[in-house]
Amino acid sequence: MINAVHPALVFMAGALLIPLLKGKAKSAYMLLLPILSFMNLLQIPAGSHWVIGFLEYNLTLCKIDRLSMVFGYIFHIISFIAILYAINVKDDGQHVAAVLYSGAALGVVYAGDLFTLFIFWEIMAVTATYLIWARRTKASSSAGMRYLMVHLFGGLCLLVGIILQLHNTGSVEFGHIDLDGLASVLIFIGFGINCAWPGFHSWLTDAYPEATITGTVFLSAFTTKCAVYALARGFAGTEILIWIGAAMAAFPIFYAVIENDLRRVLSYSLINQVGFMVVGIGIGTELGINGAVAHAFADILFKGLLFMAMGAVMHQTGKINCTDLGGLYKSMPVTAIFCVIGAASISAFPLFSAFATKSMVMDATAKDHLTVIWFILLFASAGVFHHAGIKIPFFAFFSHDSGIRTKEAPLNMLLAMGIAAFLCIFIGSFPGYLYRILPYPVDYAPYTAPHVMAQLQLLFFSALAFTLLMLSGIYPAEIRAINIDADWAYRKGSKAFMWLLTNPMSKFGAWISRTVFDVIPSALGWASRNPVAILKIASDSLLLKFAVPEKRDEIRRRIQREKEIYPGDIIRHWPIGTRVLWAILFFLAYLLVNYLSGVKQ
Amino acid sequence: MDKQHIFDKPKNVTRLLVFFYAILVILVAIDFVIQKHPHFAWEEWPQFFAVFGFVACVLLVLVSKYVLRPLVKRKEDYYD
Repeated sequence: MINAVHPALVFMAGALLIPLLKGKAKSAYMLLLPILSFMNLLQIPAGSHWVIGFLEYNLTLCKIDRLSMVFGYIFHIISFIAILYAINVKDDGQHVAAVLYSGAALGVVYAGDLFTLFIFWEIMAVTATYLIWARRTKASSSAGMRYLMVHLFGGLCLLVGIILQLHNTGSVEFGHIDLDGLASVLIFIGFGINCAWPGFHSWLTDAYPEATITGTVFLSAFTTKCAVYALARGFAGTEILIWIGAAMAAFPIFYAVIENDLRRVLSYSLINQVGFMVVGIGIGTELGINGAVAHAFADILFKGLLFMAMGAVMHQTGKINCTDLGGLYKSMPVTAIFCVIGAASISAFPLFSAFATKSMVMDATAKDHLTVIWFILLFASAGVFHHAGIKIPFFAFFSHDSGIRTKEAPLNMLLAMGIAAFLCIFIGSFPGYLYRILPYPVDYAPYTAPHVMAQLQLLFFSALAFTLLMLSGIYPAEIRAINIDADWAYRKGSKAFMWLLTNPMSKFGAWISRTVFDVIPSALGWASRNPVAILKIASDSLLLKFAVPEKRDEIRRRIQREKEIYPGDIIRHWPIGTRVLWAILFFLAYLLVNYLSGVKQ
Repeated sequence: MDKQHIFDKPKNVTRLLVFFYAILVILVAIDFVIQKHPHFAWEEWPQFFAVFGFVACVLLVLVSKYVLRPLVKRKEDYYD
């Protein structure tokens, strides 16, 4: 007997009490939730728990193993940090949504079967949408709606895939899935949409910069990482993931260089970092999976830290575009230092977290001799330093002085950033603690002389490139503009679709209705006045085509005459025999029907 | 009058840059004495990572500025 409740329950039930509390009690209660939830989690031994019968299937609400535990640990850490960052917000709706969202993320990683996973997956989509809408701007409400649409579509793919999978295999258990057949492909795509694969990625760069300051910190941690977890559990070693991941790592950095909104820059770099994880999962070796999971762990912290730092800037200045910021180190020095620590961590400087985690993925590609992938990832490593490592702190805190003078962010925000910054350095400096909780035993040493040397060279000479391009004025100027991306397809596409509906389609519709309800009935009506004459005209016209030239004039004249007298009174000149023939046919039909119905009885 | 901050003095910016260039020189120097055990042959080439990092970033910026931006840049009210 376990003295504990389901891992998601403390958050999900606890969230509902938040609106009942006030002031300091509310803050204390919210901070206590992740701690209670974590203590509860530690009471649950490894294995499957809360297996319930549903229809004729068994649902495993909770399955604990080393893979789910790593995500469980980091999800608790980041939810504590993000709640601490958010407690000064006076908006119960946001708090409830954020805590429910964190709980649902735990539900996903501990789900032992695909149906349970799906339920929590959908709760995440809805609560995340609320965190976007809670900004209460026009941009956020439409971005939130697009977010919801994309994720409902992804959820639908997943659900159909799960149902087909159940039909094929008779089991809903969530284990390794071979990518063969429609069911697995739909599940794969369902996960991929949440993972922000290229082409499916723009919900992220569209919505995260529009969400609330504190909401984005939660968002950056959970949705994509749950997808990483799901891929690691279901599709480890699926080769196409290597290429998908490499594309994810490479393409966003170009966008990040020219993007003006700094939270959008971070959103692009989020995709870039998840790309490394996806490559590790695609390789599927113990080193690859360990690397992916370790990097997810580190990324949640440094990406959270960077989003918190940019959130603090936004909170204090109300601005987030490069064009409006600069020189903030003067009035927000502590935030600036935390931001630089986050930047160093994402860039994988020695002693900072990604150095110990991203390099495992690099090593896994090298061990499998994936030369092209290795080069793409090395390029992405240089690129991430360029846009996240340098651009973010430089344009916000240094660069030209924007003249903005403000105060440091509130204490709770600084504390939250401080904890995240400490953990970034701790993981980077003492990676053994993280390595110990990874799914497989770790046989990897990040701190070798050539590795440190290679990384320092890569980073410092990338910085040299930035410095020289900046000093020479070649570096692209910050411009007040937006850059279109894949979301163009449905944002402009929907307008094009509406145009298509109102113009050519409606004309086509009118033509159809005119033809069906007007032209064809009247033609039929006309023809029915004397079908025999019509047949005769038709047969004469056919005859005209094949007739010898001498006969043609005669036939033409005949057709002419037949048309002139139409409908005419030809019917009266039908020979008696024809009428008798018709009558006999009707009688025969009647007899036949009668006979057949008699047989049946 | 606003307080003078550390990078308001051009002298400090220059100092930072000199410090930065000094690190680059040191990194280039150490590269020759370090014992490498690479997966790929080119990891052993002298200054491979330095050259790669520099070239990669220059290419990244040039492609972003001269290829991607002209393709995707729109006015801020493009979607409104």
